Amino acid sequence: MTSEEIYNILQTKFGDKILGFESELPVESYIVADPMAIKDICLYLRNDENLKFDTLMCLSGVDDANGEKSKDEEDMDVITGGTLSVYYNLDSIELGHKINLKVSTPREDPKVESVESVWKCADWHEREVFDMFGTVFLNHPDLRRILMPEDWEAGYPLRKDYKNPEFYQGMKIPY
Amino acid sequence: MGLLDREFNESNIVIAKTEDLFNWARLSSIWQLSFGLACCAIEMMATSASHYDFDRFGVIPRPSPRQADAIIISGTVTLKMATRIKRLYEQMPDPKYIISMGSCSNCGGPYWEHGYHVLKGIDRVIPVDVYVPGCPPRPEALLEGLLKLQDKIRHETLRKKTA
Repeated sequence: MTSEEIYNILQTKFGDKILGFESELPVESYIVADPMAIKDICLYLRNDENLKFDTLMCLSGVDDANGEKSKDEEDMDVITGGTLSVYYNLDSIELGHKINLKVSTPREDPKVESVESVWKCADWHEREVFDMFGTVFLNHPDLRRILMPEDWEAGYPLRKDYKNPEFYQGMKIPY
Repeated sequence: MGLLDREFNESNIVIAKTEDLFNWARLSSIWQLSFGLACCAIEMMATSASHYDFDRFGVIPRPSPRQADAIIISGTVTLKMATRIKRLYEQMPDPKYIISMGSCSNCGGPYWEHGYHVLKGIDRVIPVDVYVPGCPPRPEALLEGLLKLQDKIRHETLRKKTA
């Protein structure tokens, strides 16, 4: 099944929870969904007889950096507004088709429903996205930092306006 | 010191300086803490294996800091790992030696500018005796580093730790 067919199925099933379909891209097309409905959508994609998306291949965070850019007093970039996104790459091993999903959340209050209850492997993927971008996954069983130290207080390193601190536990960080 | 064996055969009495005897014993059986961090650890393992044979210099891996003489920092040291390395180092008994292996642990390596999570050189946390350059260094380079460390130990004195 092609992405467009899957998009049409989802649109009739979920209506305004499906926000769009991007296909005129140099990369694979993706379906844009509501971050608060992503769990139900994923559950349907996994369980439906004609779709059977049994594998979450990857779940990644992206800082779109599409907000208003300004400089603070130390000449560092600050971004206000705009969105943080999460991409889901799904694959059906049984039926041999795949799609990509995207959800966007406001940068100041990034909240997405967790799909950990749909695919168990989303657990650590979501923790990584939380660690690197600060996206909060609602109903995640154990949302802690996974790579950075647990007492890391300088924020989320893969955000475009991230500023690395001078010291961590007395160790100088810059070269 | 190469005459030790013959001395034993002939008269059972050895006359040597305590310093020489201690240094000889120490440099001939450097037990390294079995500990690896990144791609350098693969080269370190290759050095330990039969082809390059670290054991001919008395180097064997010892999986306990309490009974290790040296620690080879083989790989990228993240800030999270640096706190653990410091603890391991503090658990080792004196005399203890450190070989910093590869660009990452020497100075941060390829992560020197944008590595928000990387310590730019293990010498910011613990004192290093020998730096081995390379990314990663070949086993020959690590062997050279070990020979340099042995040289340093050979000229140590009891009054002051130099290595």
